[in-house]
Amino acid sequence: MTSDVILKATDLRVSFAGIKAADGVNIQVNRGEFVAVIGPNGSGKTTLLNICTGYITPGSGSVHLEGAEITGLAPRKIARLGIARAFQIPQLFSDQSVINNIMLGLAARHGLWTALRPLETPARRKEAQDLLELVGLGEDANRISSTLPEGHRKLLDIAVALALEPRLLLLDEPTSGVSALDRFPLMEAIMGAIRQRRISALFVEHDMDVVARYADRVVVWNAGQIMAEGTPAEVFSNDEVLKRVVGVA
Amino acid sequence: MRFQTAAASLLGLAVLPILMPWLEFVLTLAIAKGFAALGVAVLLRAGLISIGHAMFFAASAYGVAFLSRAGVADFALAMLASVLLAASLGVIVGTFLVRYRAIFFAMLNLAVSMVFYALCSKLYGLTGGTDGMAVPIPTVFGVSLPDPAFKSLLYYFSLILMVVVGFALHHYLNSPLGQALSAVHSNEIRLEYLGVPVWAVLLIAYAASAGLAGMGGAIAGFAVGRVVPDFAFWTASGHLILIAVLGGIGGVPGAFIGAVFLELLHSAAVSVTDAWNLIVGAALILVIVFLPSGFYGLMKQEKAPSL
Repeated sequence: MTSDVILKATDLRVSFAGIKAADGVNIQVNRGEFVAVIGPNGSGKTTLLNICTGYITPGSGSVHLEGAEITGLAPRKIARLGIARAFQIPQLFSDQSVINNIMLGLAARHGLWTALRPLETPARRKEAQDLLELVGLGEDANRISSTLPEGHRKLLDIAVALALEPRLLLLDEPTSGVSALDRFPLMEAIMGAIRQRRISALFVEHDMDVVARYADRVVVWNAGQIMAEGTPAEVFSNDEVLKRVVGVA
Repeated sequence: MRFQTAAASLLGLAVLPILMPWLEFVLTLAIAKGFAALGVAVLLRAGLISIGHAMFFAASAYGVAFLSRAGVADFALAMLASVLLAASLGVIVGTFLVRYRAIFFAMLNLAVSMVFYALCSKLYGLTGGTDGMAVPIPTVFGVSLPDPAFKSLLYYFSLILMVVVGFALHHYLNSPLGQALSAVHSNEIRLEYLGVPVWAVLLIAYAASAGLAGMGGAIAGFAVGRVVPDFAFWTASGHLILIAVLGGIGGVPGAFIGAVFLELLHSAAVSVTDAWNLIVGAALILVIVFLPSGFYGLMKQEKAPSL
């Protein structure tokens, strides 16, 4: 059903200096789905996120969010329409406290256009604290965000994105830079927050264990094209994928 | 403690000109420059250095001179109109300049202000060229005051305005809009991805900072009684940055503290030696080395970040 499709990208084509990062790609995310995009380094996975968030305008093709075209819109406009993004390298307000990062996100959700009331109100602080508890950063609320370890910075970046109450969350390699010991607790925290808020998500990931365990559906991206798609079990039993992607991922 | 310090400082500023009347003019100019430096400090929060804010200071001072020439003799009306003029100029200039960052922003501000300076200098028939324009003593609510009475009134008006505007700006800087301004410096990408139009945040800040500089310019115009192109010269803009850095950008009082310090130091140094620049320069080096957060850093009790 069309109403179940939250994101639909059709016939995307993008190239950089003659190298095709997307060559007629079609991809869709259904409501409530957690879709993983895997593929070798430099295959164009992050380009997909950049297109969906307006950072890059595709050479051709279109992106629709719940039926409304968002192709080529500015990142801020797409964010306001309901797509939030967490980055491979966390994008935080590093000199501000952890809770201030969240409160700015919460304030942005309602529009920042008030110069009369303070950023920190009791209601906003409580909402921010609740969100931090949800991702397991409750005790770090008053720390300066630059002092957090990498895994916590990733979580904070995701929490800031969640503060927007997005309909779709895009995650760029959520476990990269995180120790092997911490990646599953990190993913549990992310999944808990996403499921509780019933947010659909599209994530680019290199860690196949993480993909196998958490993704509802896997899209295999190789040389600007989708070479396979299906459940983790289907994709990881595909010999071509095992040979050309998993082996080098 | 901070409230008591602020109250005592204000009381001191209110009483000093009574005890030492010569200080009235010095302190009026200090407050005027403090307003303009505060405008510069607002932009510094976003990591933007304007080497051209003296333009707005001068534009407002010229504004009161032109209004007076046009027959607008009322003090309040002239103040209001000239501040609005500076803020409007800020909107026009800011619309183009807030797209730039770092050295490009600084240099473009400098360039625009020097064009303004050149116009003020060369349009002799309109601005009086380097001779400048006279700013006669205005009426206050229809009452004509003698020069000393008006200058005293101007000083205490500036003092009250400093408190009122200071409170308003404090609220602005702590509001979501003000915090977004600081966030521009910290991470512009994240701000954009939160759905915040960064250019609008900066344009509002730029217009406000131009208005603040205009407030200072109008006060200075009335205090000096004349406006000359040098008000807009690049060294005047540099002076405002110096005041902002000296005072500290951590809080609103910093700009005024820096301005009062610099004006008093300048007055004292000039009375001692012709080489007053040497004394001022040495004092500045000491302050910058030993007080990296400016004078306001002394007042502000910093909480150590928890690790």
